[in-house]
Amino acid sequence: MSLRSPLGRVRGLGSAKEGTSHWWAQRLTSLALIPLTIWFCAAVVALIGADHATVAGWIASPLVAGLLILLIAATFYHTVLGLQVVIEDYVHGEMSKMALLLIVKALAIVLALSGILSVLTLLFGRA
Amino acid sequence: MTTSNRPLSPHLQVYRPQITSMLSILHRITGVALAAGTLLLTYWLIAAASGPEAFADAQGLIGSFFGRLLLFGWTYALFYHLCNGIRHLIWDAGYGFEMETAVRSGWMVLGASVVLTLASWALGYAMMGGA
Repeated sequence: MSLRSPLGRVRGLGSAKEGTSHWWAQRLTSLALIPLTIWFCAAVVALIGADHATVAGWIASPLVAGLLILLIAATFYHTVLGLQVVIEDYVHGEMSKMALLLIVKALAIVLALSGILSVLTLLFGRA
Repeated sequence: MTTSNRPLSPHLQVYRPQITSMLSILHRITGVALAAGTLLLTYWLIAAASGPEAFADAQGLIGSFFGRLLLFGWTYALFYHLCNGIRHLIWDAGYGFEMETAVRSGWMVLGASVVLTLASWALGYAMMGGA
């Protein structure tokens, strides 16, 4: 039998002091992604069939590179928040849930960093 | 107090399918699909940064039949998630909760996502001169 009070139990099980930050961050990133995604889709359609020099040259401008880095950051932040909710809803084993959450976050960091470094490589003219 | 038998969400099987619930789960499914799609985005950027040969390989892969099929699916997932995401944001602002409105906005989202997907692919093929 636990000696913890009902309030103590609730505090231990609750939002872990996060409050609405997860929900809010998901909304803010979704707002940012509306214009960024529309811009990126339009740009990709315009670049269809373009060769390497054209695409590399397009990325290698400060404005495009900056918007791409914002797109990458918002995309992976939003993705991690979304996948976290899906995993928490469907994966009920404590260990597998924790493992999956860590894998998703680690993978998102690796992918986001690779994407950003690719953009910077093109911006600073090493490709 | 035991916590192991609490009801878990979402318990989809017990509900009769409706436009609202179907679009809700489709939002989640397209979200997960788009998460997988970030692999392609990252691969494309890395290929562009790696030089002309790597980029040509990537373009070849994406331009293949299987690549185009995947990309078409991802295009639809993106436009659906985008349109329905805006629907969610409008709900978050406190509007559109009447059943009639929620059903109508759902059909609008479905229509808009199909139109946007087909329009961007038509535009893409036009860019390539119909290739």
